[in-house]
Amino acid sequence: MNTGRRLIEFKGVRKVYGKGTASMQALRGVDLAIDEGEFVAIMGPSGSGKSTSMNILGCLDTPTSGLYSFKGVDVGKLDRTQRALLRRYYQGFVFQGFNLLNRTSALENVELPLIYRGTQARQRREQALNALETVGLKGWESHTPGELSGGQQQRVAIARAIVTKPAVLLADEPTGNLDTARSREIMELLNTLNSTDGITIIMITHEPDMAAYAKRVIHFRDGLVETDKQNGRAD
Amino acid sequence: MLWNTILLALRAIRRNILRSFLTVLGIVIGVAAVITMVTIGRGATVQVQQQIASMGSNMLMLVPGKRLGPGQSSGSAPFKISDADAIAKEIGSIVAVAPVSSQSVMAIFGNQNWTTQVTGTNNQYLKVTNRSIRGGREFSDSELRSGAAVCIIGETVRKKLFGGQGGLEEKIRLQKLSCDVIGLLEAKGQSSMGMDQDDIVVIPLSAFQRRISGNQDVSMIQLSVKQDASTEKAQSDIRTLMRERRHLSASDDDNFNVMDMKEIAKMLTGTTQLLTALLSAVAAVSLLVGGIGIMNIMLVSVTERIREIGVRLAIGALEYDVLMQFLVEAVVLSSLGGLIGIALATAGSFFAARLMQVPYIFNPGINVLAFLFSAAIGIIFGFFPARRAARLDPIDALRHE
Repeated sequence: MNTGRRLIEFKGVRKVYGKGTASMQALRGVDLAIDEGEFVAIMGPSGSGKSTSMNILGCLDTPTSGLYSFKGVDVGKLDRTQRALLRRYYQGFVFQGFNLLNRTSALENVELPLIYRGTQARQRREQALNALETVGLKGWESHTPGELSGGQQQRVAIARAIVTKPAVLLADEPTGNLDTARSREIMELLNTLNSTDGITIIMITHEPDMAAYAKRVIHFRDGLVETDKQNGRAD
Repeated sequence: MLWNTILLALRAIRRNILRSFLTVLGIVIGVAAVITMVTIGRGATVQVQQQIASMGSNMLMLVPGKRLGPGQSSGSAPFKISDADAIAKEIGSIVAVAPVSSQSVMAIFGNQNWTTQVTGTNNQYLKVTNRSIRGGREFSDSELRSGAAVCIIGETVRKKLFGGQGGLEEKIRLQKLSCDVIGLLEAKGQSSMGMDQDDIVVIPLSAFQRRISGNQDVSMIQLSVKQDASTEKAQSDIRTLMRERRHLSASDDDNFNVMDMKEIAKMLTGTTQLLTALLSAVAAVSLLVGGIGIMNIMLVSVTERIREIGVRLAIGALEYDVLMQFLVEAVVLSSLGGLIGIALATAGSFFAARLMQVPYIFNPGINVLAFLFSAAIGIIFGFFPARRAARLDPIDALRHE
């Protein structure tokens, strides 16, 4: 599904936390390019810089130096509001802890990003129902997170992330809280979304089994890209 | 977009319905208390005004003694009938003069008895005090002159002695005086001082002096001033006349007092209004406390929902969206509290008005004001927590446990 169009580009991205002697370099000049339609797994030990990269990719953080361009736009030059708008219209997020709104139905959870987009009520409902059907939760619309299993909750979260038809789906350890069987279901789902719907997926994971579902695996170590393999099975 | 924000706020309130209710309880009680106080106070003021109007606002009261306040005297010499006659003759702006003496006496009919106020006066008394006769007749001139044993009784006395019906042309006993009931007074209800104005027996003054008090004293003179004449002018005329008749030298203080019903009315309504204002101010403090309650809960709510705020910011909510969400939530909460308070106050003041026997007067102004005020409390006390939520860093918020 790689269309060859450049979606994301890192050029010498550095991220430094703190100042002076207490400063810590999380990223030491990362070069990276991801095209539309890719399914990328990011791996690496903790402190390797993968979470920092994810935050920068998701426009939640900005590089200390270097260039991050998203769809050709220099994100470093955007202010907080512009970055929020970029997230709103082009990015979908899936978190390890699901982060659904409690005591709120699956449908209302999925509708949330559409509310911020100002989508009309009827259209909003229709799109949310479609997204829930895509993740295999048809018939569970009125259930609240408390009434759903972990795997189902993560499906709702994925539905919430894809309901806006984003350019990229950013998943931060989406299977971290799930058992192996549920994890495989989620990975199958992501795989389908990537191959059938053409959604670009960037996913952080600890588990080589999960990374195996991706078409490309990037390893981070000490704030730098260590390996970057196409279609490769992880070690 | 604003509608969507209100929708989100309503969803958030519904998710925590019990806590939301407890949060706004302060506002509910504050709004209900203020509106009830103002409504009851307004009713009481109107009632006092009505009662004073029913007493005749152009009435003057001439009482012996220095000015000590209504109903009090310092033991100066009482008046005589001749004083009343002189006022009627000399002062042109007076339409009716009633010399009045009264005493508490037990009235007896058959085996029924009732202690009431027996008032000795003339027919002018009815005019001055704005009373009318419901059945029977007034005193005749000869009855007044000779001090005949006849009486006109108030509604309370009639009920106590005769039950539901009758009374006219019966004989009742007042101390040693056995007298014929020749008239029945129209009921007047309670006076502004809380006295039953129907608990009265009226007899000719000369009969009262001879058979009940045993002296020639007149304890006060009630007068009615012409509608278009100035009561101030009449008051000063009477004062000059009475000073002369009571032989007061220029250096002496008055040993009598001419009271104007308008003054009394002003004093009484002034008191009710002051009390209303005071009680409303106390109630308004509870509104403030309610506002602080909302701020407190909103801060708790922001802290509790830090992750939620992080998620919202991550999926594309602007700082402004989050600010508006929490602000609208606070305003919707406090406005709902205001509405509940208004409903409660409407029911409460309606029943309180009945209980306190004051008229219930719906006051749209205070209801609208209380609602706007409760909404304003939401804005003021919701702003700080909302800004705190909006300024959260999404990364920190998402990591928050």
